[in-house]
Amino acid sequence: MISACVTLGLAVGVYAISFGVAAVSAGASTAQACVMSLLVFTGASQFSAVSVIAGGGTIGSALSGALLLSARNGVFGLANSRRLTGRLPTRLIAAQLTIDESTAMCAAQDDPVAQRAAFWITGGSVYVFWNIGTLIGALAGGAINPKTFGLDAAIPAAFVAMIWPQLRTSRGRMAVLLGGGICLLTIPVLPIGLPILAASLAIMLGIRRDEVTS
Amino acid sequence: MTWTLVLVLAAGAYAFKFLGLVVVGDRALPAALERCLALIPAALIAALVVKDTLSVGHHLVIDARAAGVGAAIVAAWRKAPVLAVIIIGASVTALLRAVS
Repeated sequence: MISACVTLGLAVGVYAISFGVAAVSAGASTAQACVMSLLVFTGASQFSAVSVIAGGGTIGSALSGALLLSARNGVFGLANSRRLTGRLPTRLIAAQLTIDESTAMCAAQDDPVAQRAAFWITGGSVYVFWNIGTLIGALAGGAINPKTFGLDAAIPAAFVAMIWPQLRTSRGRMAVLLGGGICLLTIPVLPIGLPILAASLAIMLGIRRDEVTS
Repeated sequence: MTWTLVLVLAAGAYAFKFLGLVVVGDRALPAALERCLALIPAALIAALVVKDTLSVGHHLVIDARAAGVGAAIVAAWRKAPVLAVIIIGASVTALLRAVS
């Protein structure tokens, strides 16, 4: 499990190199690119913000798109609040590490100890590699294209592996189908970022009480 | 690119993370809501897979990523470890790009 968490961190780190390149070519200083990765730490939002600026967009439009993309972390935090207990300072740090990868790896584990370990190891290694990668990209420029190594597919492939334990109950299977389906149908019509949030409607499958067994 | 954008985005992004994990915290919630929250990873991660595999912006596309993630699905179904699933997904995609 630990090697999978760290590998995921590495794959994301290579992406951070291209974020560093994109940020600098959108006019950010190296310091701005690095502070963004340290403080914002939500890849999709960061890419969206710099691409709007690079395309000549206003700060307002860059912000609104990026914030819309980061809203799902609120939903992820809600899910993780059931698993990550601890004192306030711990939870304040855990909040910063609440991203797609750490949430998915945490949810894929069976027992509470493994869930917490998966969250911290994945969140921590993605944080380290994301920031190292950003610095390399901002300083060195675009020497590496992550797509050459298929790394754009590595991340959804990791999500596929992490989704598997959710398929054990019929309710989980329905949530996977409904969440994926809502996203597929809304990608062409909703603003970027909203299809993922719209998919959270699928959690209403949990309202019915009868314990469905697989 | 301005510092205002960097810092406001940082504050906003942290606010979302804070909201779920710290404001709600570990207090007990109604059972129905707990059952709903338990489905968040299933619903949202499925949505992320769809977005990362089948879309470019607002367009739905089928490209090398679909083959890679398809191979990853087969690997996960055959109970391959997470690490193997990740490597299979990336290498099938990279190979397909290299030969096409």
